[in-house]
Amino acid sequence: MSTADPNGIKHTIRSFILSSIAVPDLDDDANLFESGIVNSLFAVQLMTFIEKTFAMEMGRDDLDIENFKSLNATTAFVLRKNGRPSG
Amino acid sequence: MQFKQIGVLGAGNIGSGVVTDLVLHGISAVVVDISQDILKRAQAAVLNNVRCVPLLSKTLPRVTPEDALQRMVFTTDLQDVASCDFIIENVTEDWHVKKPVYEQLDRVAPREVCFGANTSCIPITQIASATGRPANVVGIHLMNPVHLKPTVEVIRGFHTSDGTVDTLLRLFAVLGKEAIIVQDMPGFVSNRISHLFMNEAAFVLQDNVATAEQIDSIFKKCFGHKMGPLETADLIGLDTVMRSLDVLYESFRDPKYRCCPLLRKLVHAGHLGRKTGRGFHAYPGLE
Repeated sequence: MSTADPNGIKHTIRSFILSSIAVPDLDDDANLFESGIVNSLFAVQLMTFIEKTFAMEMGRDDLDIENFKSLNATTAFVLRKNGRPSG
Repeated sequence: MQFKQIGVLGAGNIGSGVVTDLVLHGISAVVVDISQDILKRAQAAVLNNVRCVPLLSKTLPRVTPEDALQRMVFTTDLQDVASCDFIIENVTEDWHVKKPVYEQLDRVAPREVCFGANTSCIPITQIASATGRPANVVGIHLMNPVHLKPTVEVIRGFHTSDGTVDTLLRLFAVLGKEAIIVQDMPGFVSNRISHLFMNEAAFVLQDNVATAEQIDSIFKKCFGHKMGPLETADLIGLDTVMRSLDVLYESFRDPKYRCCPLLRKLVHAGHLGRKTGRGFHAYPGLE
């Protein structure tokens, strides 16, 4: 999966989250963990998905819940890891 | 007494969680299971748990993979726990599996060493009867994920001594865990009640009353539970839930504990919950 296209990245992550949780749609900035949409263990699932899908290796500093707290935060994180501005 | 090295018998889900908790808190573990394959998977699980700590906890110690590896010994030889200060047993929830393990352990471990029996439902008094040191056996019902749960249900067997309970509480103090001490009966408090919830939720799903998502949502949104009963079953492992229900059914001879056929069917289909990527729910990314 290309890590160059912000819209494609967001779409891929949104599809993954929606396939994992029982909500019809997802606000781009909704905090997944504070809102109770998912429990904290989902962060590991999401992180593993990001690593596999975008062929990324997470360093220790990357494993911060802030990077995965919402659809926008996760998309921005993937773009940052790829050396692109998140806009 | 200092806890330098703890023997961990059984390297499945819970066993790996126990080892994670120990190495995070600077305690070494001798991890025993029956095959190198299981031990390799356990080592990978512990390293992944240690790695993900910053993602899941603000307070747990951070440990490098190198330090974690230095604190773990993996072996198929039970004799290797002979020098351990305390034993935590997490083998399969089946009396025919646990009994010979305790008989052998009793021969291997020095007389003063205490055994923490990590069991879902099997009575501690029964487990202690397989040893020559029933006063040194105490029940510990650790919950998943072990290193993230601050509270443990502790069970006093018929013969469990105050000294054994004190030893366990000192170990838990190092791990930052609180104990709720209860008396011994099959399933204790937590599983005697929670397995009725999980089993009945499976019946509700089987009867097409609601979807798995709806059932769990009602528990989360209406009752304020952190997880619904089907998600909880998926986290524990449906095979473990099934075996625990079977133990409760056999112990009380009460039909309210009969295992839901749908639950048994999922186990036979290999859909064991989070650990296989699918149970009552699907877990994309964890397959």
